[in-house]
Amino acid sequence: MKRLTGLLLVVLALGGIVLAQNALLINGAGASFPNPIYSKWFDEYHKANGNIQINYQSVGSGAGIKQTTDGTVDFGASDGPMSDEQLKAYSDKHGSPILHFPTVLGAVVPTYNIPGVSASLNFTPEALAGIFLGKITKWNDPAIAGPNKGVNLPANDIVVVHRSDGSGTTYVFTDYLSKVSDEWKTKVSKGTSVTWPVGLGGKGNEGVTGLIKQTPNSFGYVELIYASANNVSYGAVKNSAGEFLKADLAGVSEAAAGAAKTMPDDFRVSITNAPGKKAYPISSFTWLLIPAKFSDSAKRDAMKGFLKWALTDGQKDVEALSYAKLPKEVVAKELKAIDAIQ
Amino acid sequence: MNPRLRWRKFVSNFMLTLTGVCAAVAVSALFFILGYLVYHGGTSINWDFFTKLPAPVGETGGGMANAIVGSAKLLLLASLIGIPIGFFGGIYMAEFSNSSVAFVVRFAADLLNGVPSIVIGIFAYTIAVLPFKHFSTWSGGLALGFMMIPITLRSTEEFLHAVPRALREGSMALGASRWRTIMSVVVPAAYRGIMTAILLALARVAGETAPLLFTALGNRYWSPGWNQPTASLPAMIYSYALSAFEDWHRQAWAAGLVLLALILIVNIFARVILARGAAVPRS
Amino acid sequence: MATSTTTVPNAGPTAGSRSFLSRLRNGDEIARIITFLFAASVVILTVLIVLQLWHDSSLSRSKFGWSFFVKRVWDPTNDDFGALAFVYGTLVTSSIGLLLAVPFGLGAAIFLAELAPQKISDTLQFFIDLLAAVPSVIYGLLGIFIVVPLMREYVQPALKGTLGFLPLFQGPPFGIGFLTAGIVLAIMVIPYIISVSREVLMSVPRDQREAALALGSTRWESTWKIVVPFARSGIMGSIFLALARALGETMAVTMVIGNTPTISASLLSPGYSIAAVIANDLPEASGIYLHALVELGLVLFAFTFLLNGFARLLLVLTTQKGSGMGHV
Repeated sequence: MKRLTGLLLVVLALGGIVLAQNALLINGAGASFPNPIYSKWFDEYHKANGNIQINYQSVGSGAGIKQTTDGTVDFGASDGPMSDEQLKAYSDKHGSPILHFPTVLGAVVPTYNIPGVSASLNFTPEALAGIFLGKITKWNDPAIAGPNKGVNLPANDIVVVHRSDGSGTTYVFTDYLSKVSDEWKTKVSKGTSVTWPVGLGGKGNEGVTGLIKQTPNSFGYVELIYASANNVSYGAVKNSAGEFLKADLAGVSEAAAGAAKTMPDDFRVSITNAPGKKAYPISSFTWLLIPAKFSDSAKRDAMKGFLKWALTDGQKDVEALSYAKLPKEVVAKELKAIDAIQ
Repeated sequence: MNPRLRWRKFVSNFMLTLTGVCAAVAVSALFFILGYLVYHGGTSINWDFFTKLPAPVGETGGGMANAIVGSAKLLLLASLIGIPIGFFGGIYMAEFSNSSVAFVVRFAADLLNGVPSIVIGIFAYTIAVLPFKHFSTWSGGLALGFMMIPITLRSTEEFLHAVPRALREGSMALGASRWRTIMSVVVPAAYRGIMTAILLALARVAGETAPLLFTALGNRYWSPGWNQPTASLPAMIYSYALSAFEDWHRQAWAAGLVLLALILIVNIFARVILARGAAVPRS
Repeated sequence: MATSTTTVPNAGPTAGSRSFLSRLRNGDEIARIITFLFAASVVILTVLIVLQLWHDSSLSRSKFGWSFFVKRVWDPTNDDFGALAFVYGTLVTSSIGLLLAVPFGLGAAIFLAELAPQKISDTLQFFIDLLAAVPSVIYGLLGIFIVVPLMREYVQPALKGTLGFLPLFQGPPFGIGFLTAGIVLAIMVIPYIISVSREVLMSVPRDQREAALALGSTRWESTWKIVVPFARSGIMGSIFLALARALGETMAVTMVIGNTPTISASLLSPGYSIAAVIANDLPEASGIYLHALVELGLVLFAFTFLLNGFARLLLVLTTQKGSGMGHV
């Protein structure tokens, strides 16, 4: 017994020494929407700066906001900007505010898995709202079939899939539905988690994509990269100018173009249902949530260094992962704001 | 033979066969699970799996080296908490306690053993994560350690009780103190049984996932020291299985196979070799 | 032991008359106190868990009171929480699990305890014990990739085709939902039912069986009409233990239940369980949201407390009955 305890202690001590490398570990958590680009960035940045490791956990925007506010992680990430209440809760707790930094632009796409249908479908805002309100239940409903002439849609039940966790993707999607459907606005409204009238819940963009892929006749919404990287079909959405557009980088950039010129100082802005013939309607910035004041100066400097890198050199990795680069005006404005981090 | 008797005999044989089928199916479930994991995970296990860090999201390749080490660290911490408390508590129960204290402790231990692991997770989250303001390896180890305590305590007690009275009396008659008798006579006599129980307890918490989700959280990299979040095999299986990436599914199967193989090997070792036919408490 | 002989002269004439000080000197009293502290820490830990859960659910308890248990709404946006959908999901999935697992597990236990030769019985029991050691996340993994597709492609359409007129089998076959979660739970608790029931059945005294057989019963009749009723309360105990496990099971359930707080008579519909919502939402919850989740944890604790207490009482009663009759 004694020998065993001794052995345990030795192993423990050794483990502590061996594993306590000099690397600076910064912990972040939040949105799953930008997880592919963030994990790529953090990996690249670690390769260039061997002493800095940024551990990002894709737990959903809701959890990201909450854990950042509680101070259990060093920074957060969200695709829905924090509300005024949430901002106040943060500064009440920490005595200093939290800052939003847009990092990339992304698109939320309506995605589906209908056996036998390989065509790309067109969705009107009414159809999207109707499906998620539970009013449209069959794939061959006229509201879906109307703009998809020539596609042989089955009479099967639509299996609606949404997020089960608090999610920025949900925020973007419900923000859009609230703008295009009054019924949605009054019955469900927007938020990182809402009370869904129908559907199955999947955890994270990963979980929703997994469910869609596994479930025939399913329909859901995910960030573009999750649909394209996993070979899940996604459809075009009718934008405010009446054009059916499939999400792509140009459409997202176009949606951001207007907002870029009138960007508020706190960077909190919604670009869903943006005007413009070429603007993809369910687009959004995604934000890193960085405390204005760090208690650990090493972490602060590392974080500032990373932010500057991500906004400049890092932007070259963005398009390969189906995100759109930030408009130049926004980057310039952000680089100034980074200096304010203490 | 009258038809009534023949019917009764038929029912008897039929029902008894049916019970045999139930037993056979239950046992074959184990081999099915193992076979399926070997089939799906076996092809995905390679050197990278044991030596590399996870690849960035969506890229293929990478491994779970950090999760394997993370699980080992978590189990080490759990042992440091669960084994001493359970072991010495068990000694008290078997050797020193009076019946009313024993009743209360036994009741608490059995209750604690039955508490769902997710509730232990909430507890660890509220006492070890929220107040300290960060997720950490040690908070995960704490949660697993709490789960080990009741198993170790109850089995230590049981095995000490099984040591014949004559051994104790012999030692005491030679003038050894009570404590000396316990440590040099009684515990060694029950050593194998206690070790078996400890190994089984370790194997049980090794597969626990729920309490780790909000204590150890997860980590893409190596977790330095004990104060940072860490990856673990069960948590990796959970998040990889729920994802949509084929390559992650592949790795989830591989991780499942590694985890299950480790747990079964420890179980078989403990039950067959260490216990050598001695009665082992059922989980 | 060589050194202990030297201590003999120092020891008092009888152990009882040793003074407190001398006992303290040779360490017995210190050992007793120290080991007592370790044992007591188990009680303290259990009490702490209850207090912590109680304390951290105060906001939710004071705002919603008992209405927490009858409200269906679960709305984090407006801070309005009710547990009904989760309690419903937990009870429904556990009931399905037990309904499937009990006959099966009991059958296997009867075979192991009554029919199989000792050696075979022990070997099979060894494998059953290994099955019980399979972690729940692995059941979840198999659930997602084997059970769910099977349910969606074959079982649920077949159920709809034959029993589709019942309210139990309405709605599209998602594959995931109450029924699937129940089936996965059944597979998980079968080993527990077998292990405990087998032990209980084996503790039934031999003469009970022999008497029945001597009176002309068939083997099955003696088992079903004499042995099983004799062990009834112990078997009930094993069922309660299994139920406690099923209620608290987290990983496997959250992976296949669909994570949607619905109350539907249809077993094909997706649902949610108490443990699953805690696992999914705890990291993002704060304020009253967090307290509502902790209160759900408290409910789970209360469930398992009652079931475990009851199960152990039943098991104690059976073993006493068995050994008592055995001596006669």
